[in-house]
Amino acid sequence: MKTIRLSIAGFGAVGQGVAHAVLLKNDYLNKQGLDLRVVGIADSKGCEIDPSGIDLEEALMRKEQEGTVARGNGTAQEMIRDLDHEIFVDLTPTNIENGEPGLSNMFSAFESGRHVVTSNKGPLALRFTDLKEASEDNGLFFRYEATVGGAVPIFNLVHEALGGNTVVGIEGILNGTCNYILTRMEDERLPYEHVLKEAQELGIAEADPTYDVEGIDSACKLVIIANSIFGMKAIYRDVNVTGIKKITPEALELADKNNYVVKLICEAVNGRLTVAPRLVPKRHPLAVGGTLNVASILTDLAGRITISGKGAGSIETASSVLSDILYVARNL
Amino acid sequence: MFCSPNKLITPLCIVGGMIVSMTLELKDIPGQLVLALAPISEMHGNIMSVVHHRDERTPRGTIPVQVMFGIEQGVLDELIERLEASGVRVARVGEERLRAAVSVILIGHIVHSDIGDTIDKIDSTGFAEVVDLSLSMPGIEQPSSAYLVINAVGEKELTNALDILRDVAHKKDLLVIEPIRLNSEGK
Repeated sequence: MKTIRLSIAGFGAVGQGVAHAVLLKNDYLNKQGLDLRVVGIADSKGCEIDPSGIDLEEALMRKEQEGTVARGNGTAQEMIRDLDHEIFVDLTPTNIENGEPGLSNMFSAFESGRHVVTSNKGPLALRFTDLKEASEDNGLFFRYEATVGGAVPIFNLVHEALGGNTVVGIEGILNGTCNYILTRMEDERLPYEHVLKEAQELGIAEADPTYDVEGIDSACKLVIIANSIFGMKAIYRDVNVTGIKKITPEALELADKNNYVVKLICEAVNGRLTVAPRLVPKRHPLAVGGTLNVASILTDLAGRITISGKGAGSIETASSVLSDILYVARNL
Repeated sequence: MFCSPNKLITPLCIVGGMIVSMTLELKDIPGQLVLALAPISEMHGNIMSVVHHRDERTPRGTIPVQVMFGIEQGVLDELIERLEASGVRVARVGEERLRAAVSVILIGHIVHSDIGDTIDKIDSTGFAEVVDLSLSMPGIEQPSSAYLVINAVGEKELTNALDILRDVAHKKDLLVIEPIRLNSEGK
C-alpha cells in the first residue's frame, strides 16, 4: 500500500466536496493500492494538522457546526512549508485581481517540494507560465483540471487521451451562469435583467454577476487553455472579450427562426483568443443548454472531439480534483 | 414587429460552404420530390428554393425541378451519387456566383443608425451582398435586433465583408453576433 499525504487549503464547497469524495472512494483507493491521507486542512480561520491523517467526517461536521475546521492558529503557508506531505491541494477562492492567496500557496508548495493540484483559476490566469516553470524546475507535478469546465476533463483529454494530436482549435462554453441565462432567455422569451434576477435567486448567478456576464470568468479559463494546450504564454489582456448583457430576447428569437442558438463561446483559433456571443447551429454539439459546459476540440488526427458536462458544483468539481490527485499519486 | 423582404433566397446556415443550383429530373408520380430533397437535407444542406418547371416536361416525360441550396464544400460529389442511386437524374449542377454565405445578428439602434447605409457598405463592395434581412423592433427606445445573411463570391471576400460589417457596427455601437468559427470540420 502506497501512502500519499495531502494538505488542503480552502475548505469551502469544493474543499468539502473533495473531502466527501475521498471518504466515498476510500475502498476504491485501497483496492488501487493507495492510502490517501489528508494530514492538513487550512481555511480562512486557521489550520487543522494531524500527521497520521485527519478524520474527514469529523472535520466536515466541525466545519458545518462551527464554520471552520481550524484547531490551531497556523497558516496555510506554515502548513505547506512545515508539514511533511507529498501533494498540496489549493482550493482557495478565485481572485483574478492578484491571484492570492492561491498564488503564494502554490509557489510555496513548489519551493517546499510539494506537488500541486488546484481548482483555483485565478493564479493560473495571471501567472501560468511562472507556475509551470516553478513546478518543472523542482521536478514536481502541477495539475489543474478543475480550473476549467468543472467536471469536464479538458486537459486530461488533450494531454493524455489525445496525445500525439495537434490541436487546431478549441471552442467551448465554459461559464454555466451565462449558458443558463441565455437558455432561459431563449426558452421563455424573457429579457436579460429578468432572467439574471431569477438566476441570482437560484444561486446560479452571484450577487455581483460582473465576472460571469461580462465574460471575464470565461476569458480567464480561455487563458489557461491557451497556455496549457497551445503553449501561448497568454494573459487576460490578450483575450478579446464581449459579454452577454446586450443580448435581447428578439435576437434569440431571430436566431431560433433560422435554426441557431446564441451562446457565449470561448474560442482559441489561429492564435486568437476570443470570448463572444456566437451563433451556434442548433444541431451542433456545442449547442448545449442549461448550466452545462462544453468543449469542442478540433485536432489533426482525431478530427473533432466534443465533451460536455457539469461546469460547477461541489462534488462535480471534486471529481476533477480527485482525478488529478490520483494521477500524481500513481506516478510517485 | 417582424418584417422580412420578400426574396426568394431564405437564410443560410453555412460558413465555409457553397451555394449550388441543381436541376433534377423527377418522374411525374407522387413522392418524387421527397426522394430528391431527402439526401440534400441528410447531408446538412440548406435548401433555399425549389421551383418545378412543369411546363418544360422533357421528352423522357420527366419534370425538371430546380433546387438551390447551400452545402459544405467537398460533399457535392457524394450528394450527386446518392441522388442518382435513389433514381433521381441530376441534369445540371451549377455553382452560383455568390458561393460563400454567412449569417449574423446585429443588436443595437440599428434603424436609427441607418440600416440602409450599413447594407450599402456591404453591397457597394461588388463582391458581397446582403441577401436577407429580418428586423425585430420591440419599442422606440429599446435596442432592435436584426438577422442578416451576407453572400460573397468566395471565402476571402466573405471575410472582407465581415471585416467591413464589424467596422461599421463598431462605429455605430452595434453588437455583431457571428457564427462559430470551427463550424465546418477541418476548416
